[in-house]
Amino acid sequence: MARTGPGSAARRTLVWLGVVFALLALLLGGGSLWSNASWAPKLALDLEGGTQMILAPEVQGGGEEITPEQLDQAVEIIRQRVDGSGVAEAEISTQSGQNVIVALPGIPEPETRELIQASAQMEFRPVLFGGPGLAPAAETPTPEDQLPTPTAEPTDASDPNWITAEVLQEFESTDCTSPEALQPAVEPAPADQPMVACEPDTQGKYILGPVEVRGTEIESADYGMARSAQGQTLNEWVVNIDFNDEATETFREVTERLFSIGSGDPRNQFAIVLDGIIVSAPTTNAVIPDGRPQISGSFTEESAAALAEQLKYGALPISFEIQSEQQISATLGADQLRLGLIAGVIGLVLVAVYSLFQYRMLGLVTIASLVVAGALTYLAICILGWTENYRLSLAGVAGLIVAIGQTADSFIVYFERIRDELRDGRGLVSAVENGWRRAKRTVLASKAMNLLAAVVLYFVAVGNVRGFAFTLGLTAIADLVVVFLFTHPVMRLLAMTRFFGEGHRWSGLDPSRLGVLPLYRGAGRVRHKPVERPAVELRGRNKAAAGEAERRMTIAERRLAEQRKAAEEQKTVGAQAPGSKEGDNR
Amino acid sequence: MSRSSFAEFGNELYSGKRSYPFVGKRNLWFIIAGAAVLLSLLIPVIKGGFNLGIDFRGGSEFTVSNVQDTSVTAGEEAVTGVVPEAVPRVTNIAPETMRIQTERLSDDQTLSVRDALIGAYSVTEEDVTSNFVGPTWGEDVSRQAIIGLIVFVVLAAALMAIYFRTWKMSVAAMAALVVVMVTSAGIYSLSDFEVTPSAVIGFLTILSYSLYDTVVVFDKIRENTADLEVSSKRTFGEQVNLAVNQTLVRSINTSVVAVLPVAAILFIGAMLLGAGTLRDLSLALFVGIIIGTLTTVFVAAPMYAKLRMNEPEIRKQEKRVLHRRSLEAGEAGTAQA
Repeated sequence: MARTGPGSAARRTLVWLGVVFALLALLLGGGSLWSNASWAPKLALDLEGGTQMILAPEVQGGGEEITPEQLDQAVEIIRQRVDGSGVAEAEISTQSGQNVIVALPGIPEPETRELIQASAQMEFRPVLFGGPGLAPAAETPTPEDQLPTPTAEPTDASDPNWITAEVLQEFESTDCTSPEALQPAVEPAPADQPMVACEPDTQGKYILGPVEVRGTEIESADYGMARSAQGQTLNEWVVNIDFNDEATETFREVTERLFSIGSGDPRNQFAIVLDGIIVSAPTTNAVIPDGRPQISGSFTEESAAALAEQLKYGALPISFEIQSEQQISATLGADQLRLGLIAGVIGLVLVAVYSLFQYRMLGLVTIASLVVAGALTYLAICILGWTENYRLSLAGVAGLIVAIGQTADSFIVYFERIRDELRDGRGLVSAVENGWRRAKRTVLASKAMNLLAAVVLYFVAVGNVRGFAFTLGLTAIADLVVVFLFTHPVMRLLAMTRFFGEGHRWSGLDPSRLGVLPLYRGAGRVRHKPVERPAVELRGRNKAAAGEAERRMTIAERRLAEQRKAAEEQKTVGAQAPGSKEGDNR
Repeated sequence: MSRSSFAEFGNELYSGKRSYPFVGKRNLWFIIAGAAVLLSLLIPVIKGGFNLGIDFRGGSEFTVSNVQDTSVTAGEEAVTGVVPEAVPRVTNIAPETMRIQTERLSDDQTLSVRDALIGAYSVTEEDVTSNFVGPTWGEDVSRQAIIGLIVFVVLAAALMAIYFRTWKMSVAAMAALVVVMVTSAGIYSLSDFEVTPSAVIGFLTILSYSLYDTVVVFDKIRENTADLEVSSKRTFGEQVNLAVNQTLVRSINTSVVAVLPVAAILFIGAMLLGAGTLRDLSLALFVGIIIGTLTTVFVAAPMYAKLRMNEPEIRKQEKRVLHRRSLEAGEAGTAQA
């Protein structure tokens, strides 16, 4: 149709809505074909069942504040630990920069729980034996009779006498390619004993001596470009450590010893061990007297940054206290979801019945708009579940149900404005346009309030409140989209139909029921008005005219009028009582 | 009320033929609101504080579903069998559902109590839900909720002041908000439901709903009073009152539509699920939506009218209106005589 005017504009808008839908559906469809998107929303633990722990980080020894970077590092370490323990689909996130939230399907084993809570232990140990690329278990273990027997008590941490028969056997049987071996240790190995450890980055396997320096003795750690003796910047990434005073002395002794062993011998190396796993095993190129060693090697900027972060984290071990732990059985979750949905359906039906009762056929527009808003929200939740890992919780479902009312309100505001315009005697087409112009402002202002609440709650609140705030904000946006791209264009189109345009008595926009009969109803038809109506209107006009006349009086005229008024007032004081008292209203 | 009469009701409200004195009797409404606030403050005091849920007290809680024999002693014995010194609170919160609350148990104790409950009520592991809350978690939740509340209220007041170009609307809206918050909390306390994080969510939502509702009505007031300086048909107070009356049908329809789904959740939550997210949230909302709608028309709008009535411009305009009216009345009187 090549018509211009509100009709074609409305059709164009509806096409845009179709485009929005098609794009969202394509996005989700593509996501489900080529990625792991799903047409069903992801469910949170309280609907799906599982365990959710909210953990508060605690610095061991207390007193110190935890920076966001340290918290991120903590999350990273918890993630590695949980993944290492074989729990699939664990989700770990921080909230408000204060808490760590761990969500696991099912009920975790006690070991997993301890693993999550424990703080990371960082240690510096000297290497006794081993090297990179030795990861798999030895195919031909050393025969019993060739096993080493220590000749004397070890004198220092680098003494090969630490390697007993048991230690060597453990070394040979350890398979650093198996996931179990790379699982972070909950209990730190005894500090005064040797240990076998893997270095995942280099496929390395080592026997390490007792602990020389602890991670907590690191003052700070950072990374940067190496400098030559002349102070020139070299094109090589390095990691710098700064030990505290006590460790400076120890570290000087250690490096003296290791340096004297000479390069080529694995015992020249020391290992930085985090949770029983070696993060780096550098060789010793110099004696470090000032407690500021520099680790160089084939670092990229990322790997240097990662090691520096790990060292900083080791300097400040964080343990976690369980703030809240919820284990929700799958039965209860399913029950809650089912009943929540039933409540939603009942609510929708009640709203639909009430809308039809109040607005007759116009109620169908409300229902259709709610359906469109619902579909839009559903798609958005699925897409956000895919891209942002948004999960629908019971609080979120409640948010959706509550949103039914607030969404329907936009339509109610709009319809009431149209009715008001009709009451002023406009034809439906112009009533829709004028009503929209006014309703638009109100809807935007009020929805801004909802969005503000949702955004504030989302950023400030903790726990369940966030899921709720999220759905509240999402539905407010969906509502705006629907009012602008669906309800209004549909109303424009309906205004041009005979059924609504002529105000059929079931249309909900019947002018005679709205107490107004338009004077001119198009096509040359003039409706005859009942007698009382114009009389009332005429009076109103007279009033307005009187007001206009009053404003145009000269000062002299006004004084005269006032005098006259004062005289009249005495006469009519009884009759005037309502409405004339100051500030009073009928 | 049949529909035709409801539409007629709307017509009469629109034309001003029928009018409720929201502004005129404002002092009465303020007294009622004030009394409701006082009463709501007294209820928790008399009852000895709010019935705080486990999230605010700290402790362990177990919920057992699909229970055939809802015996309280079975649950108590299951707990004391593992932790002899514990004082469990066992309640049958919904058909086939038991809730057992204790002081905080250790990890091992939690797992053992869980197993004991599975045996005591002959259910499977799938039917037992446990919830452990540390002592500071509730404080965290409340502190963040209060921060959220303050931030929201300040931003909302600023937003309203900018949009409506008068801070008096913000003040009136905030006054109404206080009434909503306090009375909703009072009624919640009266219901003796536990105050849980879900209830807190509900209260925060009421804030948003209440201000939303106020903005809709205030926008109509803004429209009606926009050309006040050039009009002498109605005084400022009358214009405000007319705006409230004109949006009354919308207020009624909106609150009904908003309350219906919430009532559905409340009914299902309370009858079938028992204590839990849905019930606590929906009760707070149910009460809050009704009170929020009432305070908009009975407190916020009249308060706004009161705040502005003494402005010189408004007084001048009012004099003009009254003057014109008396003139008209005078003319009518002369004509009659």
